[in-house]
Amino acid sequence: MTVQNEVSASTTNKVKLIDARGPRFSAAITTLVLAIVLVTQSPLLIALQLVVFAIGAFAGPAKTPYAFLFKKFVKPKLHGQVPTEDVRPPQFAQSVGLIFAVVALAGSLLSIPALFTVAVGFALFAAFLNAAFNFCLGCEIYLIAVRIIKK
Amino acid sequence: MNSLTPLVVVLALAIAFGVWYTRSRGEFRRKKTVNGPKLDAAIIGIELGAAVTMVQFSSAFCSPCRATKALLEDMVKTMPDVHYAHIDAEANLELVRKLDVRSTPTTLFLNSDGVEVGRAMGTPKRSQVLAAVNAIR
Repeated sequence: MTVQNEVSASTTNKVKLIDARGPRFSAAITTLVLAIVLVTQSPLLIALQLVVFAIGAFAGPAKTPYAFLFKKFVKPKLHGQVPTEDVRPPQFAQSVGLIFAVVALAGSLLSIPALFTVAVGFALFAAFLNAAFNFCLGCEIYLIAVRIIKK
Repeated sequence: MNSLTPLVVVLALAIAFGVWYTRSRGEFRRKKTVNGPKLDAAIIGIELGAAVTMVQFSSAFCSPCRATKALLEDMVKTMPDVHYAHIDAEANLELVRKLDVRSTPTTLFLNSDGVEVGRAMGTPKRSQVLAAVNAIR
């Protein structure tokens, strides 16, 4: 067994870095939106959140409307050194959010309220943990997923 | 079905999990028995430290991995008997399975024989790393 110490990942200097406070702010907005979705069971609102997740997953978390709000209204008020992070962890989290939003919307369109509630519940769980506790979804589930999928 | 129940349940579970998560990240957990596989330079890519070797597993979708790497690289500079290895978990799945690494960053603390004494998941504090190293030395 030979080890690859050339980490393609997290630590090379080539990775794209973004302001780490942006995704955390976006997670707070997402938490609020998903909380309203969970109570109102609104298909329209989950569809809008789905679009936001899709932008975050494909274009990047710095391209979402929530990131725009952060840059426009929050960032100018923040001072001190800008904490940066690799763009890939929050982008991964947006992809997972997108999957839950798709399942939730499917539950809504197929009139399966339990599916809708469970999917939104999981998305809210992750978004809240991200916003309140700086929870790193990719850290906890990515390796497990790879271990299951790759033989 | 406009009900507050699902919201309250999800938030309560998330707060409970979040408190546990925050407390447990970085904590050095000793293995109950030291009977794991013996690791050596051929496996981890660097020579074992005279006293302790820290082996960090990282992945691409992991923000705290960078902070952990920076901390541990900095700490071994002043500890000549402690070595540090950094391993890409995804590129070394066989090793990851053998050692049952489940999340990133996970840092294994090996004794001078190259056997795991314990591990820490998440970014440890400087004091937690020092305590773990001193407990093994």
